[in-house]
Amino acid sequence: MITTYLFYFLSFLAIMFGLMVVLSKNPIHSVLYLVLTFFAIAGHYVLLNAQFLAAVHIIVYAGAIMVLFLFVIMLLNLNKETEPHKSLWLKASAAVASGSLLIVFVGALKNATNIPATNVANPNVGLIENLGKVLFSDFLLPFEVASILLLGAMVGAVMLGKKSIK
Amino acid sequence: MIKLVGLIPLLPLIGFLIIGLFGKKLSKGIVGFIGSGVVLAAFAIAVGIFIELNGQAVKSVPVEFFDWITAGKLSVHFSFLIDPLSSLFLLIITGIGFLIHLYSVSYMHDDEGFSRFFAYLNLFIFFMLLLVLGSNYLIMFVGWEGVGLCSYLLIGFWFKNTAYNNAAKKAFVMNRIGDLGFLLGIILIFVTFGSISYHEVFEQAKNYATGTPVLTTITLLLFVGAMGKSAQLPLYTWLPDAMAGPTPVSALIHAATMVTAGIYMIARSNILYTLSPFTMEVVAVIGVCTALFAATIGLVQNDIKKVLAYSTVSQLGYMFLALGVGAYTGGVFHVMTHAFFKALLFLGAGSVIHAMGGEQDIRKMGGLKKYIPITHATFLMGTLAIVGFPGFSGFFSKDEILANAYEHSIVLWFLGVLTAGMTSFYMFRLYFLTFRNTFRGTHAQEHHLHESPSQMTIPLIILAVLSVVGGLIGIPEVFGGHHYLEAFLKPVFEDSSFRLIHHLPESTELILMGVAVAVMLCGLAYARKMYITDKQVPAAEGEEESAIHKLVYNKYWVDEIYDFLITKPLNFIGDALHKVVDNELIDGIVNGCGYVVNGVSGVIRRAQTGNIGFYVFVMVISIVLILFAQLF
Amino acid sequence: MSVVQTIPINWYILLSAVLFTIGVLGVLFRRNAIIIFMSVELMLNAINLLLVAFSTYLSDSKGQVFVFFIMAVAAAEVAVGLAILMSVYRNSKSTDINTLNKLKW
Repeated sequence: MITTYLFYFLSFLAIMFGLMVVLSKNPIHSVLYLVLTFFAIAGHYVLLNAQFLAAVHIIVYAGAIMVLFLFVIMLLNLNKETEPHKSLWLKASAAVASGSLLIVFVGALKNATNIPATNVANPNVGLIENLGKVLFSDFLLPFEVASILLLGAMVGAVMLGKKSIK
Repeated sequence: MIKLVGLIPLLPLIGFLIIGLFGKKLSKGIVGFIGSGVVLAAFAIAVGIFIELNGQAVKSVPVEFFDWITAGKLSVHFSFLIDPLSSLFLLIITGIGFLIHLYSVSYMHDDEGFSRFFAYLNLFIFFMLLLVLGSNYLIMFVGWEGVGLCSYLLIGFWFKNTAYNNAAKKAFVMNRIGDLGFLLGIILIFVTFGSISYHEVFEQAKNYATGTPVLTTITLLLFVGAMGKSAQLPLYTWLPDAMAGPTPVSALIHAATMVTAGIYMIARSNILYTLSPFTMEVVAVIGVCTALFAATIGLVQNDIKKVLAYSTVSQLGYMFLALGVGAYTGGVFHVMTHAFFKALLFLGAGSVIHAMGGEQDIRKMGGLKKYIPITHATFLMGTLAIVGFPGFSGFFSKDEILANAYEHSIVLWFLGVLTAGMTSFYMFRLYFLTFRNTFRGTHAQEHHLHESPSQMTIPLIILAVLSVVGGLIGIPEVFGGHHYLEAFLKPVFEDSSFRLIHHLPESTELILMGVAVAVMLCGLAYARKMYITDKQVPAAEGEEESAIHKLVYNKYWVDEIYDFLITKPLNFIGDALHKVVDNELIDGIVNGCGYVVNGVSGVIRRAQTGNIGFYVFVMVISIVLILFAQLF
Repeated sequence: MSVVQTIPINWYILLSAVLFTIGVLGVLFRRNAIIIFMSVELMLNAINLLLVAFSTYLSDSKGQVFVFFIMAVAAAEVAVGLAILMSVYRNSKSTDINTLNKLKW
């Protein structure tokens, strides 16, 4: 039963930190809350027997991407509570739009039939050996294409980051 | 030879292309040589075809070229039909066409538009040949429109003169009115018979009863076309104005060939007309009215070409009278003889004008006999031929028409004879005023007088000979002669033979001839008395005239009446439509569309705020709506 | 006892939906471009979680492989996006998206 409680606990953490990301005024705080959200999600991955993915998730997101965010915020000197005043209309419309989106999701879910878990016996799905085999056999071409994507992103970032080109 | 028929229209077309495209770079000699040469070559082939057709038993030979148009039920072949009628017209067109080309080489020599003139003439010959050669109504229509175009181009040949341009436009518009009727007639033929080829239409038409309404409608519509092209009442006013063109054009197009297209068309469709007695009556009445009407106007005209123009209208009326009373052979016969003597008279008039240095008013001529003897002699031959002096070609053809008219109705005959008398008067009036008495022009003009070069006189001589002897192919049997033309054309008019003209008793025919000749001689004598004995000269412009003379001299004010009844109201309506409907309504709608789009987009573009937050908001709301629509 | 047997998959879908909506809310609510970026990351993670959950429940490793690719795309997106943000900041001295309203009539 401990897994059930863990699920509830991690879900609560993820939702709470997610809200904090959106609602906190200081960008630095937002970044830190987002890191915590990622940790909660990584916990879910472990619960779901995707241990390797959990590790990669923490390394890539919490370790690399969020550091990049922090780095940019520091570089641009945005670590102040600089959020300008927001009109009531903006707040209301944001709440209404996202609220109705959630209602639609929940409503759709309510009608859905519950899929029983199949093939529960195989706990090896999320292991590195299994994933590696699939990745380098069935998904070899997309894997290579992804490398080209990353190369392109790298070149693009360097080009954009240069000071004004003459 | 018949296999070479394709070359007949092709040669003038090639001539037109060469002269039209490279005319400016070629010397006048070469242009004249090509222009006349292609027509002469076509004439040689036409003669060959005529001889071959005469020698063989089958008188109707279709020559197929290619499938032209196939659309639904309509299937038109581009093919020619060689039969006595078309081969006769081929001879007239190419033969007289060649003589007039030859004449023009000299007549137009000093004109800067020399090569353009020959290009147009060749193009005209091409279309005219197409008109008579085609084996269905559509090819005839193409030729019909083509000659109309060439007529327009040639009337307005000296396009720098506004009056000439207006004359060209008038001819074109009047012809359009007739062409509309012709086109409707062709469409109705197609609807009725399911084909527009002569052979199929005529075969089917034989099964119709006489007087079937649809046939009457078809023939009336076709006759409207003929009215326009052949200058019959009420669409004749363009032809006198068409004299604005160079004189060889008047001779070729507005006397010898194009204006006889209407007669050719009716002769070609003779079976349809024979089956519609009502149309025949209309044709005969309009023909005789036109003949009389134009002759009265011709009595008082002072322009040498205008007199000849009204005489052409009058003679065309004779031809329609012949067709209307069922004397198809007589009509075609008169087309041929008329082509000879009217081309001769026009070319002679051209020679006179040439000698007078451009002067066309007969009041300023006179006594030209001794200055230009060849022109004088040939012109006299032409005059004698047109008035129907016994023995000359016009006598035989006119006599045949009058005899047939008498048989049909004595009123028609009487009007015809009356017209003949007037013709005699105005033609001799023209002749006497031009060639007899003493010269009335200026001294400088008298000094300038000279006979035309041989290139101009040779065609005159040839035509004069033809005018004299041309009638011998149709000597009436009263004189113990043999009507060669009737025998030759018989296959064409065979289907109409159930309305064959029964020959009058010999005595009656001789009396009719005698009356006609007597009336003609009266006209001659009266003209002689007035202009030789009394030495009268028509009054100059602006002098006091009797009311009747004024009325006739001003051509019964027909042009003014048309202007008042048709042109002015049309202009008014056009003006009103332009100002109200076009400027206000149509432009209003078009501009209104622009204003509405402009105004609406001026409002709508406010939604393009450039605010990303707003865009995202709209996007999310849209996603919600789409999901909602999809999931529930 | 695995979570698979005790928690119905609907709960994971619901959790994912909630996280995704929070991301949407962030995009709508905040005007700082960097926060909006982070909200987008949050949405991507919500989808990742969904993919992993289905992968486990259906014992199919393809879902997890897809998560790899999403991570790669996210990394590329962040790199380029932050670079764009840097140059925007250089030009307008702000990361407020309301200053980026030149694309209009």
